[in-house]
Amino acid sequence: MSDWMEIAVAVLANGMLILGAFCVLTGGIGVLRMPEFFTRMHAASLTDTMATLLLFFGLMLHAGFSLVTFKLFAIMAFLLFTGPTATYALANSALSTGLTPSEMDDAADQAEEAL
Amino acid sequence: MVAIALLAVTLSVAWLLWSGFFKPHLLLLGMFSVGITTFLAVRMNYFDHIDGLHYIGFRLPLFWAWLLKEIVLSSILVARLVWSPSLKIRPRLVKIRREQDVELPQVIMGNSITLSPGTITIDIDETGLLVHCINQVTADDLKSGELLKRIDQLERR
Repeated sequence: MSDWMEIAVAVLANGMLILGAFCVLTGGIGVLRMPEFFTRMHAASLTDTMATLLLFFGLMLHAGFSLVTFKLFAIMAFLLFTGPTATYALANSALSTGLTPSEMDDAADQAEEAL
Repeated sequence: MVAIALLAVTLSVAWLLWSGFFKPHLLLLGMFSVGITTFLAVRMNYFDHIDGLHYIGFRLPLFWAWLLKEIVLSSILVARLVWSPSLKIRPRLVKIRREQDVELPQVIMGNSITLSPGTITIDIDETGLLVHCINQVTADDLKSGELLKRIDQLERR
């Protein structure tokens, strides 16, 4: 019985770690693919939030119930509090120094309008 | 004054839990850093900006659970956007009007929006927020007012 529990927890923990790594990869590729500053930030926020959540919950499951779990949770909480603050500082300074976000349509839409 | 003492106690407990050391000279160092941190918090007028924390704080876990669901959903949306060959993004700017003289709910709202992928708060003041959305879906989601309702619940006395 407890064997099954251990296997289930290990599978869940490793699954979360792999998914978290995938989120980091997706964020990185998104930053490269997006056309301009603000849209790049959207891709980066995937790494900021979802990857952080998945990686830390995965690590917490690995650690079992101990002081380490609490520390991991605290690190995650700090990252989730400071992340959006940093993002806002970046986005707001870009806005106030004159970078205006454009409401553009994607290439497919423009092609449709051309027809 | 109560708030300052509470911060000092919280910091001390955190320091003890973090280090796990109980040697006298290390404890002294801990007390020293708690003192400096509390002093800096006072210097930065931290305590002028936490109105409502004592009753909003207790309702946060429920709000976080809802936010977690939203984050997961919008993460899937953005991940699919990134991997789609045609990259169907349509940036939208949404102005959310919300008159507010208490800072905390406004900040929680702005940060929640930034936390969920696909939406970023780019400007915030007493009248509302300016949000950059990656496509129409996330913009419509925001306009539906679900978040506004949750924030109102959070700060209701």
